[in-house]
Amino acid sequence: MIDIMTRFTSELRSAGVPVSTVETIDAAQALGFVDLSERERLRSTLQATMVKHAEHIEPFNRAFDVFFSLQAAVAEPPFEDDDVSSSSIDLSVDAIRDLLRDAVIAADVDRIRSLSRAAVFAFGGVEAGRPVGGVYYLYRVMRRLAVDSMFDDVDSAATPLEQAEQSRVRRRRIELLREYIEEEIRRLLVADRGAEAVAATIRKQAIEDIDLGHATRSDLIRLQHTIRPLTRRLAARLAQRRRAQEPGRLDVRRTVRKSMSAGGIPIDPSFKKRRVSKPDVVMLCDVSGSVSTFAFFTMQLMYAMRSQFSRVRVFAFIDGVDEISDYFAPGVDFNEAAGRVMREADVVAVDGHSDYGRVFTHFEELYADAITPRTTLIITGDGRSNYRPAEEAKLAAITDRARTTWWLNPEMARFWDTGDSVMARYRDLCDGVFEVRTLRQLEAFVEKASLG
Amino acid sequence: MTDFSSPEALSVALLNAGYLPDDHIAQVAFLAMRLDKPILAEGPAGVGKTELAKALATITGRQLIRLQCYEGLDESKALYEWDYRKQLLRIQAEDEGGWNAIADDIFSEDFLLERPLLTAIRAREPLVLLIDEVDRVEIETEALLLEILSEFQVTIPELGTIGAASQPLVVLTSNNTRELSDALKRRCLFLHIDYPTPERERDILLSQIPELPESLAGGIASAVATIRESALRKPPSVAESIDWARTLLVLGVDQVDERITAETLSVLLKYQTDIDKVAASLAT
Repeated sequence: MIDIMTRFTSELRSAGVPVSTVETIDAAQALGFVDLSERERLRSTLQATMVKHAEHIEPFNRAFDVFFSLQAAVAEPPFEDDDVSSSSIDLSVDAIRDLLRDAVIAADVDRIRSLSRAAVFAFGGVEAGRPVGGVYYLYRVMRRLAVDSMFDDVDSAATPLEQAEQSRVRRRRIELLREYIEEEIRRLLVADRGAEAVAATIRKQAIEDIDLGHATRSDLIRLQHTIRPLTRRLAARLAQRRRAQEPGRLDVRRTVRKSMSAGGIPIDPSFKKRRVSKPDVVMLCDVSGSVSTFAFFTMQLMYAMRSQFSRVRVFAFIDGVDEISDYFAPGVDFNEAAGRVMREADVVAVDGHSDYGRVFTHFEELYADAITPRTTLIITGDGRSNYRPAEEAKLAAITDRARTTWWLNPEMARFWDTGDSVMARYRDLCDGVFEVRTLRQLEAFVEKASLG
Repeated sequence: MTDFSSPEALSVALLNAGYLPDDHIAQVAFLAMRLDKPILAEGPAGVGKTELAKALATITGRQLIRLQCYEGLDESKALYEWDYRKQLLRIQAEDEGGWNAIADDIFSEDFLLERPLLTAIRAREPLVLLIDEVDRVEIETEALLLEILSEFQVTIPELGTIGAASQPLVVLTSNNTRELSDALKRRCLFLHIDYPTPERERDILLSQIPELPESLAGGIASAVATIRESALRKPPSVAESIDWARTLLVLGVDQVDERITAETLSVLLKYQTDIDKVAASLAT
């Protein structure tokens, strides 16, 4: 057990779940109170002791499935002494399919498991030592079973609510079946190659480390869920900073009055409260093609910020600049808003290639009033201005008026100031310039922002 | 303390106390009792994090002490404070004994105002300490909590160190508006509570509202699960689906359909934009 625990810990760490030694010890200690033959209890125990972040539950589960299925696979050879699987090898696709469907609808877990085993055996064509990932086998089995048409389609005569419920149930059933088939394939692969090797092939990049500049569509959807708490945190931090300031000056009048109850001794001094100003944030975001995936991400940031702060103004630019605060009004659907920005916002003034100098000039002309001494200005962009004049004097005028200016750059820091990048000219005008290519870096920025 | 021999036994007891745990929750609560570790319950608002602490207090027969966190919570409100006014009166009422006697006297327990954390530590009977919405306090206060949670003792300079007479069962809840420090998390068992499955939600509804017909409960749970799937600003919580079930019961509804859902959406959803969105999807 100790051996498997240390190996499991190191797999978790490589999957981006930070597990400290103390936590491993806790987990081992907790195991003393668990019936190890019950896999779900074991999972709960290890999860509660080793995972301390909701986003890490998924990678944990993936690693757990690999590491703690090994034992089961060795203990009971998959295809012997198992009446369902050995007899159903002769069964046709249709027969297995029907049985599986009934089992899933009845949510009969044991039956789904043994039938999935039969299905994987019959249609997966899993070969020992063949270096293909589990996804390939999963795809084969799912295709042979024609899972998509396995469950009744949504009844088009039903009412909208019924339809929505039916489609939810249908998705849930397919998902369930998929889980069990995956589990069976995993067991075979683990028996063949060992847990570490399998875990490494199915390890997904931790969501915090996905490069926002090269994120795929599905990555971005995953990001959408994670970014909300992060911006809420950024929002809370920006607001808190102001509140956490020391109390204001001594309020002599109130102190004297209060001292009456203590016989004239000013034992409990009163202070004037500082006026609390609401966080006042302006975002200025490059949405040009060169940073389009990043722009999608910054727009999510804007969207989330807008829903947190009432006094956020957001501007998008390419070579022209336009205010897009209204597109992201609280409650608006994000995808709709992002679409509108791309279609309607007036961000192209000349040719649709980024021109930072022109943008800053325009911004000063049109929206100078947006920047006040209380403003926190966040600029996002790669600082690549297509060899056009940088106009740093204009940016200096803006940042001088703002309370704080931060620049978030989606490019790797070592590429700054190469080619047409003019970051060097802008860098010193800002209070901080951050490389933000991943959520982890965004988080680091949020932490720093709260200290700054 | 009442001993629960297995997670199943704990689960049954919680059920009798009106809290319906799933296997994971029962397992973590069981471990917390066995390992004497705090539980850090995290998840969306209204999934029953606070209820869990209350139910644990009920089944163990312990008193529940609650520390509601907010921004600006500090030592003097969470731990202890000297009662200045009373001390002052004591000094003024003084006639004999001299300064030393007073100095000893005014820093005695008579002048100490106990706040929830100190109460929990000094209690003779073990109790359940609920630290609610711990993500709202500042880092400094979190450090204070950390010290107490790891040692279960406080040092009051004038009185010395006070150790816990008994080990309290601690439940912290967080809505995750702020990342808690790793040090705090390391000391806790982490319990992520999400929205329940439709089956469990149905059972929760039935246990909360015994007079609710089973078929209606199923319909409500299923409808709520479906509504939660659309991208909403604030998806309906369990508390809201219980409210909704009560509403439907009062209205004498026996089946959930579009019309009644659309009419009563404001019970489930708290933002007009969410209501509009769901209403639109119901109408088409």
